[in-house]
Amino acid sequence: MKRLTPYLLVLPGGLWLAIFMVVPMVFMASVSTQEGDVVNGFAQTFNVGVYGEVLGQYGTQFLRSASYGLAATAVSLLLAYPVAYWIAFRGGARKSTYLLLVLLPFFVSFVLRTVSWKFLLADDGLLLAPLKSAGLLPGDFHVLQTTAAVIGGLVYNYLPFMILPIYVALERVDPRTVEAARDLYASRRGAFTRIVLPLSLPGVFAGVLMTFVPMTADYVNAAILGGPENTMIGNIIQTEYLVNNDYPTAAALSFTLMAAMLVGIFAYARALGTENVLEAAAR
Amino acid sequence: MTETQEGAGAAADAPGAPPVPAIELDGVVKEYLAHGEVVQAVKGVTLTIAEGEFFSLLGPSGCGKTTTMRMVAGFEEPTRGTVRLHGRDVTDVPPDRRDVNMVFQSYALFPHMNVWENVAFGLKRRKVPSGEIARRVGEMLEIVALTGREKRRPREMSGGQQQRVALARALVNRPRALLLDEPLGALDLKLRQAMQIELKRIQREVGITFVYVTHDQSEALTMSDRIAVMNDGRIEQLAGPREIYERPATAFVAGFIGTSNLLRGTVDRVESGCAVLRVGAEGRVLAAEGAHRAGEAIAVTVRPEKITISTEEPAGGLSAVRGTVSEVVYLGLYNSYAVSLADGAEVTVFQQNALDSTSTAERGDAVWLSWQPQHSYAIGS
Repeated sequence: MKRLTPYLLVLPGGLWLAIFMVVPMVFMASVSTQEGDVVNGFAQTFNVGVYGEVLGQYGTQFLRSASYGLAATAVSLLLAYPVAYWIAFRGGARKSTYLLLVLLPFFVSFVLRTVSWKFLLADDGLLLAPLKSAGLLPGDFHVLQTTAAVIGGLVYNYLPFMILPIYVALERVDPRTVEAARDLYASRRGAFTRIVLPLSLPGVFAGVLMTFVPMTADYVNAAILGGPENTMIGNIIQTEYLVNNDYPTAAALSFTLMAAMLVGIFAYARALGTENVLEAAAR
Repeated sequence: MTETQEGAGAAADAPGAPPVPAIELDGVVKEYLAHGEVVQAVKGVTLTIAEGEFFSLLGPSGCGKTTTMRMVAGFEEPTRGTVRLHGRDVTDVPPDRRDVNMVFQSYALFPHMNVWENVAFGLKRRKVPSGEIARRVGEMLEIVALTGREKRRPREMSGGQQQRVALARALVNRPRALLLDEPLGALDLKLRQAMQIELKRIQREVGITFVYVTHDQSEALTMSDRIAVMNDGRIEQLAGPREIYERPATAFVAGFIGTSNLLRGTVDRVESGCAVLRVGAEGRVLAAEGAHRAGEAIAVTVRPEKITISTEEPAGGLSAVRGTVSEVVYLGLYNSYAVSLADGAEVTVFQQNALDSTSTAERGDAVWLSWQPQHSYAIGS
């Protein structure tokens, strides 16, 4: 019984994942190779050609999603690292308060937050109207329906997912190792690049994964803040599935996206030296 | 800029000039702001540590010893006062520009580097040629007996081994002084005792100044040339181990170092440089030295192992007090007696077990305690 306990503990979560993730995935994989329409029904024809079709048809959106995801991840990293660093090393007794502040936006619905950005950034909205009337910006200046707005929205919505893992990694850095480096003739900058930065890489790795994947698959930001030129692959999937009711195409798009991201992530892990990252994370 | 050991040493030792002390603290005060209140961690410390000395800062936690050391290392800047290293004022010089290195309490090894990389860190920052780095790191690992473990990561090593890596990482730079912050605190007793001897050997071999921070009085007594006993941000006594133990300057030192008895009494008369105290109805305590006047109330200390316990009245030239044995504890090497005096004071006496067992007193016995006059000192109250 005692030896079974760990397995019993894993059972509820394992079952949950099996039933609500693996089963739908198998189902969707099956749907992706079916043919037909929503009126006459779909039949399994093992039509693998759909994968080639979606890639050819939506290649632009795939690339756009990847580049938006990369750009938003990079911006998030630049914004998140100093915040995480400050909370970890300068937060003192108020660390948990600052972490709560970081998480506070999550208490508001994701869609609502994005919509509020729309109000904020509208051509005559809270931010632009005063600047325009003050003559600081030209009258036709706009933020909405641009790439910058979509990437900005992505960064805003996923920033905490970057801050938290980096914070956790930095929190585990013994400040005395930084002092030791300073004692051993490292400058402030040297102590950071040789001690703090390498020790925080597992957190950066996790943060990049936790933001890049959902950002690349996101469709809410492109739908609300972007224009026709900013359509991401998530928007296409949504349209195919909910508007055109073309389930096989939507499913094929989803699987293509997933496969592309898995390949990308493994390449990334390899480039960073997974072994090293996992080893450091397990410390 | 940082100076190398060789260069600065030659400049400082000009012929005829008095030797420049390794470390000088002059009226050093450190204040912190805690909860809106100014807290003085160090309340004016002045001391001089000679080149090649093994110097200990000893005191309970919170006494300011670690803060004092951190000001020498450069991690804290004194609120007032100056810090000089080999004659150079370094009060506001950052740690990377000081020619001292530190061994941290929890070692603070770099977890993502192996032993070799940890030890070579300082030399690399100083742009020492790689051939020399390899040679010096190799030599140092030999001194601390870690040859062959260059590729190990700190977490793959035992506490004692990590300790030696920390020591090697600091010593390889040939600092002009090595600062050690409770370096043996995390080790078990056996290993700690072995490392004490090891540290002393290494210090003799490399011949550099060691400043050792500890709360462990036996450690300080064993290793140090001189000890500064600190309490509440101040130095209570600065002297050699023997003097600290035999002649504690204050009640705090007497109580902190080993076990000590504190007896209070009134000076009855002064006889040939010896104050004679009246303690109780029949007791007399002879306190050597110190100018005392008759009628003055003073306190004297006496170590438990200096006291002889006996049922007969001792000879005239000795301090002697009467009491009743209230507790006997058998401790193997010796017996510990608690003896209550008439005035309620309790005196601890250690008696070696090698002595004839017939001289052993039992609980409830009325006994005389006696000791040589030179073993009790009047202390500042």
